[in-house]
Amino acid sequence: MTEEKKPTSFVGRVLAWGLLITLLALVGAQLRSSLQGVLTRGEQAPDFTLTTFDGQTITSADIEGKVVVLNIWASWCLPCKDEAAHLEQAWQHYQDRGDVIFLGVAYVDTEKESLAFIEEHHVTYPNGPDLGTTIYTSFRARGVPETFVINKLGEIASVKIGPYQSVEEIITVVDRLLELD
Amino acid sequence: MIADLGFFALLIAFLLALYACAAAAFGSQRGQQRWVSSARSATILSFPLLTIACASLVYLLANLDFHVQYVTQVTSHSMPMYLRVTALWGGQAGSLLFWAWLMAAFTFAVMLREWRRDRDLEPWVIIVTASTLAFFLALILFFENPFLRYWQGITGTVWAAMWQPTGAQPYIPMDGNGLNPLLRHPGMIIHPPMLYIGFVAFVVPFAFAIAALVTGRSDDRWIRVTRRWTLIAWLFLSLGLILGSRWAYDVLGWGGYWGWDPVEIAAFMPWLTGTAFLHSVMIQEKRGMFKHWNMLLVILTYCLVIFGTFLTRSGVLSSVHAFAQSAIGPMFFGFIALTFAVSLALLNKRWATLKSEVEMTSLLSRESLFLVNNLLFMGILVICFWGVVFPIVSEASGGIGRAIPALAHIFTGQRATVGPIFYESATGPLWAALLLLMGIAPLSAWRASTARTLGRAMWKPFAVSLVVLAGLLVGGMRQPLAVLALWICAFVFLVTVYEFWRGARARTGHGEHFFQAFWRLVARNRRRYGGYIIHIGVILIAVGIIGIELFQQETQGSLAVGERMHLGSYSIEYESLAEFETPDGRLVDRAVVNVFKNGEPLTQLYPRRDFYYESQQAMTIPGLRSTLEDDVYILLVDWEPVSASSATFKMYVNPLVNWIWLGGFVFIFGTLVASWPEADLQPVRSRAGVRGTAERA
Amino acid sequence: MKRLALTLAACLLLAACAGSPAVAPSAQGGTPSADQVNAVAKNLYCPVCANVPLDVCGTAACAQWRGQIADLLAEGYSQQQVYDYFAAQYGQGVLAVPPARGLNWLVYLLPPAVILGAALLLGRNLRRWQAAPSAAKPGNDDEYTRKLEEELKARR
Repeated sequence: MTEEKKPTSFVGRVLAWGLLITLLALVGAQLRSSLQGVLTRGEQAPDFTLTTFDGQTITSADIEGKVVVLNIWASWCLPCKDEAAHLEQAWQHYQDRGDVIFLGVAYVDTEKESLAFIEEHHVTYPNGPDLGTTIYTSFRARGVPETFVINKLGEIASVKIGPYQSVEEIITVVDRLLELD
Repeated sequence: MIADLGFFALLIAFLLALYACAAAAFGSQRGQQRWVSSARSATILSFPLLTIACASLVYLLANLDFHVQYVTQVTSHSMPMYLRVTALWGGQAGSLLFWAWLMAAFTFAVMLREWRRDRDLEPWVIIVTASTLAFFLALILFFENPFLRYWQGITGTVWAAMWQPTGAQPYIPMDGNGLNPLLRHPGMIIHPPMLYIGFVAFVVPFAFAIAALVTGRSDDRWIRVTRRWTLIAWLFLSLGLILGSRWAYDVLGWGGYWGWDPVEIAAFMPWLTGTAFLHSVMIQEKRGMFKHWNMLLVILTYCLVIFGTFLTRSGVLSSVHAFAQSAIGPMFFGFIALTFAVSLALLNKRWATLKSEVEMTSLLSRESLFLVNNLLFMGILVICFWGVVFPIVSEASGGIGRAIPALAHIFTGQRATVGPIFYESATGPLWAALLLLMGIAPLSAWRASTARTLGRAMWKPFAVSLVVLAGLLVGGMRQPLAVLALWICAFVFLVTVYEFWRGARARTGHGEHFFQAFWRLVARNRRRYGGYIIHIGVILIAVGIIGIELFQQETQGSLAVGERMHLGSYSIEYESLAEFETPDGRLVDRAVVNVFKNGEPLTQLYPRRDFYYESQQAMTIPGLRSTLEDDVYILLVDWEPVSASSATFKMYVNPLVNWIWLGGFVFIFGTLVASWPEADLQPVRSRAGVRGTAERA
Repeated sequence: MKRLALTLAACLLLAACAGSPAVAPSAQGGTPSADQVNAVAKNLYCPVCANVPLDVCGTAACAQWRGQIADLLAEGYSQQQVYDYFAAQYGQGVLAVPPARGLNWLVYLLPPAVILGAALLLGRNLRRWQAAPSAAKPGNDDEYTRKLEEELKARR
């Protein structure tokens, strides 16, 4: 910044331009990612690892070839409470098929409150904390609740920002993906 | 109708700004003054046009014309008239228009000045100001048009557009969303305008600097022209920062006044370089040295202004101050990239010609002490800049980690937070050094000072300051940092007061009464003594900051009705809590708290929580008792619903914090003194001594 | 005048003597007090509310976090262990300053390096400029200060 003394020299010039270009590149990259918004349909779902509250580890490899409903929620989020019953019912509907997986990801939530939430809403599908908020970040989520439905090819097939209003809404999305086979 | 008027005024102003750029460039190329004059007229005209645009929007806001999208976004029926008007800068689109209007006002003022001596600079000043204005107007017209109106199609969908689409009907919502509660504070009425004025005013020095670089004119003319403009910009920027702190103290409910939020820092960085410039420019005036450095500082200041604006408005940073995400990002990014690149290229080109023979006789001379001052300000700038940029670096560099797995543990891509502790501990020593310098530099002489002359000039204040130091220690203060910092403050204060005293005493020799002498002294040497007044303001602010930073006490507790909580010599007693609705759409929970000092009843305070229905946001407004000694600052954290049988309070005792605001007044007063035009400037009288040697300002 | 200024300064500074340093939290077992929780929370930032320290943030998520801190302190966690736990759970972004490792070293090293570099550069140049032969005679050429000194001398 304070290269006041000899920017007429070659080193000074290179340094000044180098700093400027680096700064602009950084800010440009940041601007791009802030404008990108949530992952959109057709994009490949990012790899992730979810360690559930009961100690099970679920990775991207485990869900290959399956339809995944990945719901990001938090116990302090009011709309998530309304949505929990719909998600659980939809999970009951698909549970026995084997090719549909529901995953709950608790964002910025404490374990105690998360577990209380799961118990209160009788959620039975696997749930885990978003360690280091990496899942939230890699899916470029913008808030809670947000739900990403991933098709059997591992692509994002549907993004729901805000809560699902009914079981049917979830079933319609998932059924369409299952029909594609 | 009014929206059309505003829109067309905006459009014409935009076209005129474009025309002004082209005409000025053409006129300068061909050496035809009439083209330049025409460009100047076009630039002048943009101000009345934007005044019409702003007035139109204010009219729409005041009349709650919800047909207009912007009005719906920022106002509502429950808002009183003054808030409807100030909602002009309550949202992205309106504040951009307001910003452009202020910039046009400054451009207007600078265009009306006497240009005869600066004909060569004129076209370039026009090009810089008009292109900047054109850019902002383009942002408004193409991305953030405040005059868009709602339309409803046959299918019932509603969208915003300037003109009525075929088959669509006007759509007028019943009520608006209302202004963000954070902005509904009297402080918010003046804080943003002051800051904006401070920001936009820097375009004038910048335009002159660029003009001087382009034309290769390396004399001091541009400095003489722009010094006062810089001082005015700096005045408003300072005022904006002080008012912003006060607003944060009153409204944000943090118990503090400055959170080192990235947006605060973004406004603070141009202040740092501007302050550095106001000091170093004196070297150029007195000694003709460091022209290149001053040029760099002016350009850097302006670049930081637009960089800060960009960070705030593009959604790159998240902050309490940030505007909602917006589409203006890419275009704004292009603008700053262009501005930075052009500035750097021009500096590069002219650097050698600007460099002058440097000759320093003494390391203790005024000029070298000013260089140390600049070094310290730039050091603080580096810390602030790096603190703001590092979270971006930490996140963006994750790309390297993903590309090269071997480096993934270094470049994790995890966003880091750089919080207040970093800034406080990193800049603290530099501030202390600056403060100390403030006591030494005014006593040093230009060109030559020796340790002996300097020592002779300051031993008296120094000796007295040691008495203060002893007083502090005897008084029981044991925190080394606080003792050191307060001793520096005392020393600098004494030096400055001693300077006033010496100046006034010299004048009394001419048969003037002491106070008369004092008054005339300041009046005739506004820059020098205005500067000293600013220094006194800084010391007062420093004392306030030391007080709250090093001696703040806080406690939190849940109190049943009638129960007490103690902190320092104060205690508070929870008396009652009432919940009621207000006509402006708030649900207010207001506690009544009795305050005692050393067990004696002192006063009653009413900390409260305001819940705004429209925006579903809550605001915690402190109960505050403020004295010069300390502030008792009480927040209502929580309460037992319905019965209100108990409530949780957070209580702060903030020693000396009032000195910050007091110092703020002194600071602003000093700046006014220093920048006030010398109407009574007389030719230097031959035998008049100090009286006649009024410094030219 | 001088005495007045002195008294003023002394009063001003002595006023600061009141007050004592904040008490550091100690949390060995038992239910931690709100002050102990706040002292820890002061240096944490919840991702839900940007740039607002946890101890004064009003959102539901932050209230839960403070509850979590209280639980951890009750279990005997030290302040640093609480920070480590939160960083592991929610990423390093929750910490007020990044932990000194990997790339984060840059936060701590770059500003001092730049400032020291600039200071060295300035120091070297000052010496060089000073060494340069000077035609001008040394002496005070600030007209105002010179006159001021003369006047004062004449008065003695």
